[in-house]
Amino acid sequence: MSTTTTNQSGAGAPGRRKAPAGERVADWADGRLGIYSLAKANMRKIFPDHWSFMLGEVCLYSFVIIILTGVYLTLFFHPSMNEVVYHGSYVPMQGMHMSEAFKSTLDISFDVRGGLLIRQIHHWAALIFLAGMFVHMMRVFFTGAFRKPREVNWLFGFLLFVLGMFTGFTGYSLPDDLLSGTGVRFMEGAILSVPIIGTYISMFLFGGEFPGSDFVPRFFSIHVLLLPGIMLGLLVAHLILVIYHKHTQFPGPGRTNKNVVGLPLMPVYMAKAGGFFFLVFGIIAAIAAIASINPIWAIGPYRPDQVSTGAQPDWYMGFAEGLIRVMPGWEINLWGHTLVLGVFIPLVIFPLVLGAIAVWPFIESWVTGDKREHHLLDRPRNAPTRTAFGAAWIAAYFVMLVGGGNDLWATHFHLSINAITWFVRIGFFVIPVLTFIATRRICMGLQRRDKDKVLHGRESGIIKRLPHGEFVEVHEPLSQEQLHTLTAHQQPQPLELEPEYDENGVARKAGAGQRLKVKLSKGFYGEGTQIPKATREEYEEITSGHGHH
Amino acid sequence: MSSQDIPEENLPSTQDAHGGAVTKTAGDPFADPGLPPHEPRIQDVDERAAQRSERVVAFLFLLSMLATVGFIASYVSLPVDKSIYVFPIGHISALNFALGMTLAVALFCIGAGAVHWARTLMSDVEVADERHAIAAEPDVKAKVMADFKQGAEESAFGRRKLIRNTMFGALALVPLSGVMLLRDLGPLPGTKLRKTAWSEGKMLINQNTLQPLRPEDIQVGSLTFAMPEGMKEEDHDFQQEIAKAALMIIRLQPENIKDKRELDWSADGIVAFSKICTHVGCPISLYEQQTHHVLCPCHQSTFDLSDGGRVIFGPAGHALPQLRIKVNDKGYLEAMGDFAEPVGPAYWERG
Repeated sequence: MSTTTTNQSGAGAPGRRKAPAGERVADWADGRLGIYSLAKANMRKIFPDHWSFMLGEVCLYSFVIIILTGVYLTLFFHPSMNEVVYHGSYVPMQGMHMSEAFKSTLDISFDVRGGLLIRQIHHWAALIFLAGMFVHMMRVFFTGAFRKPREVNWLFGFLLFVLGMFTGFTGYSLPDDLLSGTGVRFMEGAILSVPIIGTYISMFLFGGEFPGSDFVPRFFSIHVLLLPGIMLGLLVAHLILVIYHKHTQFPGPGRTNKNVVGLPLMPVYMAKAGGFFFLVFGIIAAIAAIASINPIWAIGPYRPDQVSTGAQPDWYMGFAEGLIRVMPGWEINLWGHTLVLGVFIPLVIFPLVLGAIAVWPFIESWVTGDKREHHLLDRPRNAPTRTAFGAAWIAAYFVMLVGGGNDLWATHFHLSINAITWFVRIGFFVIPVLTFIATRRICMGLQRRDKDKVLHGRESGIIKRLPHGEFVEVHEPLSQEQLHTLTAHQQPQPLELEPEYDENGVARKAGAGQRLKVKLSKGFYGEGTQIPKATREEYEEITSGHGHH
Repeated sequence: MSSQDIPEENLPSTQDAHGGAVTKTAGDPFADPGLPPHEPRIQDVDERAAQRSERVVAFLFLLSMLATVGFIASYVSLPVDKSIYVFPIGHISALNFALGMTLAVALFCIGAGAVHWARTLMSDVEVADERHAIAAEPDVKAKVMADFKQGAEESAFGRRKLIRNTMFGALALVPLSGVMLLRDLGPLPGTKLRKTAWSEGKMLINQNTLQPLRPEDIQVGSLTFAMPEGMKEEDHDFQQEIAKAALMIIRLQPENIKDKRELDWSADGIVAFSKICTHVGCPISLYEQQTHHVLCPCHQSTFDLSDGGRVIFGPAGHALPQLRIKVNDKGYLEAMGDFAEPVGPAYWERG
């Protein structure tokens, strides 16, 4: 409208004067979408600040980058296993037989300007996405951020991690190169080990015998449509819940279970989080500019009778690779059938190990019997059993990663591959236990240190010589803020079985579930699992007494 | 920049400590003292520092613009096949490097500018927001329960059991159509995994030369790969046939063959084993001449080819299948039949 340009300066003036253009657009949208109510609740929403809260953002942004670059790649990639003879611009492969999938990946890498860059950004972002989810999940685990009301969101996140692994696997299998084809063959072999239905699943998945000519187009649909579609839905749900629950925060002065202290979304977090997207994208672009990833032209097209040495999956599948490598080759032949335990057991352990971390929140809340909401994070030391379990889980995971790269460990460190395999076989059971014990002791040591600091103050580094010649270090008392921060956590007490006879002498037997719960609770929080935090009485006795620093 | 330049009235000591309603709770030394007072940044008290921050942010955004121009310039000017040497990476694609680095700078500078802006110029006064219980208040719950009950009653769902039961039946059955539709994803296994392209009288073709093999072509200590006569790389089913038929051949001194059946199935000390690992199906390709062990590079299963292909290490569950061969009357190696047992990974029906 022509009149609008004349009264830009008249914002807010009454009468016939119109509101500024931006406001009128917002009014239009509000009348149809109700954006003002949404903005009222969220525009100045408070987010607490801590470096570890960025880890989830890394995942979110790398997911967006993967989608953007992935859409670009679909414009050039041909998900087809038709055999063609290569006559493209990469000279060393001219005249070779390969699938169209492989050829189009070569074309993306050598003929499409910027195609190689986008391919490498896509693959690097996928690795960072998975690594980010792993570390983010550990952050949430070790700080107890999964507790009520966030258990469901924990499961959403866990599902995203698992689906991310399979999206990654189906993605790097698409170029139909020798390395990924070997990985697909491994998957087929693992499927064949499933009792009764293994051969059927394999035939249905591959459209016949391996490799057939169907798996690339099928993996393509799964990789670009099915799994990302589910993940997008989970991701949105994950974020909605983060906003709905409000973010957790670490305890500190002014930070309680009933508030959230931080800076508002607009403007600070719009700038910080929005800027962080560009930082993540920029860093991944730089990595893709200087570090090649999955150079399929150096690997060659897939042939089921050829293989390269040092074959490794992407890192997030290394744990499954380890399980399959170190498992003894047990096979049971009975009544004309074969039970391929050597492959099937790893196939079962794989989801069990992943699932162990996923169900922990439910085990913990059952054992503690704690039904309250928790918005204040635990420092890992203040939940020694949980921290020790998480550390043990990571230990098992990394032992299996070593198993998955046993050939590389052997060649790089000049070790016997047999020795490494045996180390991993035993280590898978022993190392998590040792890690559990060690971590719990470290946590208690740190708790003792905190208690010491609270009661005796901070070591100032100043040495004082007393009149009689003794040297002592001066301890400075902590500020009230520090005292509060170090004592704000709660220490759960172990449950006790109710007495076998109630006050009237009537027998009252606890059920097996109840007895297990009490037993676990004693193991989690009983004697020798935590250092009682400093009490007000102890503090007052020491600070009033003086004398013994 | 030194603190002497700051006008006196802007110094923190003269300003109100905002945000920090410091409540000294008498008695409890561990009590929450409340939010600490806001500590002003240099940009909060010195306009010149704030202007410097502004210039840094603007510079970063400008750099981003230049990098985008650089990206477009690289895209149109650099040939796609040009290779350059970049220390310490080595020879890399010039276009990939230029596009990647300009894109990286263009993106990173936007991010760095925005974050620097937020950290130095936007308010960093911490604010507390109240939380509200996630669970509904009792009266809300009561209303929902009543509504639900009324809705359920009005539907007569609980009362008219015939409707309920048939509806469950229909909903339970209808997905079966979807399951049926999956049937044509692939054929039934049948005996496909038991058979390979080998059969009686098929000559062993060297995979490198594509010529039939004679016993004298195979030296002690070498590993030769072979496929059955009549297979061509151009065939549409070549991949799935070679996935089962791939063969490796070595020559041993007959007295070194420890397994009696292996000796019977050999020809002039030449033995032929399936190349497909019995673990999960990788092709075996590493041969140790002295011990006659072969190793699968995927999961390190190790087989003794002088002892019936027995597993001596690793996750494989059974021996490598051997192909019975002979020298035919023209002096070529040929198969005396298919493998006696399925090749490759074990499966339920294998037996």
